[in-house]
Amino acid sequence: MIALNDLYQGFRDPKVIRSLAQQIAHYASQVEGMINIMEVCGGHTHTIMKYGLNQLLPSNIEFIHGPGCPVCIMPKERIDHAATLASQPDTILVTLGDMIRVPGSKGSLAQFRAKGCDIRPIYDPLDTLTIAADNPNKTIIFFAIGFETSTPMTAVLIEQANQRGITNLLFHINHVLVPPAIDAVMNDPQVKVNAFIGPAHVSVISGAKIYRQAVETYNTPVVVSGFEPVDVMQSILMLVKQKAEQRAELENQYSRSVSENGNKTAQALIDKYLTIRPEFRWRGLGPIANSALMLKPEYAHLDAERVYANVLPQIEIDDHKACQCGDILRGLCKPKDCKVFGRGCSPDTPLGSCMVSSEGACNAYYRYNGVNL
Amino acid sequence: MNSVTNDKVIQLSHGGGGKEMNRLIKDIFFNAFDNAILQNEEDAAVLHFDGNIAFTTDSFTVAPIFFAGGDIGKLAVAGTVNDLAMMGAEPQYLSCSVIIEEGFEIEKLKTIVASMARELKKSNTRIVCGDTKVVPKGCADGLFINTSGVGRILKPKISVKNLEAGDCIIVSRDIGRHGAAILMAREGLALESELSSDCANLWPIVEQLIAANVDIHAMRDATRGGLSAVLNEWAKASNVCIEVKEEAVPVSDEVKGLCELYGFEPFDLANEGTFIVAVPDDNAEKALSVMQQFCHCQSASIIGQVTADKVTADSNNAKENSQQGKVILHTPWGSARYLDVPQGELLPRIC
Amino acid sequence: MCLSIPSKVVELHPDEQAVTVDTMGVKRKVSSHLLAEPLALDDYVLIHIGFVMNKIDKQDAMESLALYQEIVSKLEQEEREA
Repeated sequence: MIALNDLYQGFRDPKVIRSLAQQIAHYASQVEGMINIMEVCGGHTHTIMKYGLNQLLPSNIEFIHGPGCPVCIMPKERIDHAATLASQPDTILVTLGDMIRVPGSKGSLAQFRAKGCDIRPIYDPLDTLTIAADNPNKTIIFFAIGFETSTPMTAVLIEQANQRGITNLLFHINHVLVPPAIDAVMNDPQVKVNAFIGPAHVSVISGAKIYRQAVETYNTPVVVSGFEPVDVMQSILMLVKQKAEQRAELENQYSRSVSENGNKTAQALIDKYLTIRPEFRWRGLGPIANSALMLKPEYAHLDAERVYANVLPQIEIDDHKACQCGDILRGLCKPKDCKVFGRGCSPDTPLGSCMVSSEGACNAYYRYNGVNL
Repeated sequence: MNSVTNDKVIQLSHGGGGKEMNRLIKDIFFNAFDNAILQNEEDAAVLHFDGNIAFTTDSFTVAPIFFAGGDIGKLAVAGTVNDLAMMGAEPQYLSCSVIIEEGFEIEKLKTIVASMARELKKSNTRIVCGDTKVVPKGCADGLFINTSGVGRILKPKISVKNLEAGDCIIVSRDIGRHGAAILMAREGLALESELSSDCANLWPIVEQLIAANVDIHAMRDATRGGLSAVLNEWAKASNVCIEVKEEAVPVSDEVKGLCELYGFEPFDLANEGTFIVAVPDDNAEKALSVMQQFCHCQSASIIGQVTADKVTADSNNAKENSQQGKVILHTPWGSARYLDVPQGELLPRIC
Repeated sequence: MCLSIPSKVVELHPDEQAVTVDTMGVKRKVSSHLLAEPLALDDYVLIHIGFVMNKIDKQDAMESLALYQEIVSKLEQEEREA
């Protein structure tokens, strides 16, 4: 029998990490040139920074922190949408956690809340049902964010609202997809990324298979990895071994939770209510085709983007022109190479996507980098 | 008899300055806080001091008002008493101003006042003046309390600026309990656990530390901003580097569980009865043994050390040390990172 | 992205399509709408924003942990021999 605590401590065991670090160094010495690993997911960035894993690796392994934080990649105009919706009379805007900190062109949702807008950060999307039921005379707008992992929860919310006859709940859908973002990174002719740590909780829902195409198209190894430090170290070892043996395969380190095909029930719920959006602009990466979801036409009456089409601003707003987040996200430069890093741009006053949330590359560098002992 | 206890809820008339207000003050506050200075009912309390005193103030607006391990009343006394204690001052006299929202249940008010009285006894502190205001419904969230406090300084020169290289950093107990207990009590997160706030009057422990002649360089209760905020303030104010061993910092399983669920760090969560003290290396064991005599401080631990020396303006060999003013956390995994001050509102991470 | 954490199922609420899970002594009711197969007490699950996402394969996790111990002891042996 395995204790729940083993699922934490067993995968954080310092001895195991040390052993894996030695094996990584062994195989990495057989690889010529740099191994530039993109960990697409902000959760992996967090693990790497929190546990200081980058300090345990040989010098020919570098991390390139990818565009996998749904808060960071939200373009300003979408946050402006949220602010505009929240400013409508008799409206409550509901969204997840730290979305309310991110500034749009006219301020963050937290600032709009301070001005009197009813904006509620929640943890559980289903809490929106209670808010809707408790406020029958108001329109509740769920500002839905997140990758594949968080999308089925929005689908359940739509279904539950429908089943319970709740009619005062609308949706502003900003769910985005990982594979098109990988394509956007890899299609840059200067790209340096030559290995991927695949976001695993995305794959709990969508299956490991979603990365197969990237492995084949770009001849690049992808290892789907768990989020504990041992998981990440083992995944790095798997990538380095592939590099040493000149293989490029899809491997699944996180087999205790990820299967080839994922959670079919969740996928069916998503397919019932949502469909591919022709294009979505990612903060830092620009427009990417088929990279996000929207409500199906038959649910247009629930779509805040359509219901409020006449009041929502349509102007696209780019980040400050000195901001190099796009290059950083592609691994073309490091945060410290950016002219505004730590000067005009800091976690208190972020100019670009990578500084916005604690999972962003620049934010992480700003706070953690520089410990030399 | 027309006693305030016949009323069920606070009405605007209870703040009107007339009979109802007098009854409220006498029946509830004077009754619980009974002492000669308060009973004088002068416009101001008259106090006598010899030597230096410490003076502090704090407002309490905690939501929810009742939580596991305490309530706003206990907090309002412990918070101000602790601020004085952390300066090496004996908490002697407190003021108590209460702003009550119309419609607040009188039974709740009594419970809160009783818990204030209980907490005052622990440090032999007296409330010697006060004020009561009632505001219309919607103008406050139930009840707010402000307390100010004064006390004579028994142990001078405790300061955020006094950390020296070689000092040991000791934390009095497991961290993050108050912040975690409050988050648990909030409806939105719908949590259950055995966890209770660490809210406590710290003067009895500090009194013993002073009696044992522990050479306290700096001392602070890790309230809002948690352990991270205190250590960063110290590192900056004393221009030193503080190095902390992550595995030495005591954290309860429930606080860890909450942090896992919502992506918080125990270092960032608030405490209300947990303090950090910096003492010279050769005083550390003595300080620990004093602290561990108290049942809530049995997990008191040395969590780190002050390492970089101060750079003084006239020092010739003052070399640039980039780690000064920083707090470095050494992980059990052989890596190190900066322990940063928490930013903004504490919101669940979804990433 | 997507903070999800292992927790243990400690109560079943089949009527509400929900279960109560325990994460190191912190309990919370979470939705089980995303699971086709029923959950049992003592199952380990991943929780994300109030939902069960999947059941964790205990056997698989144990095998991983055993493999890590093997790696550690092999390395320790090599270090002793060196």
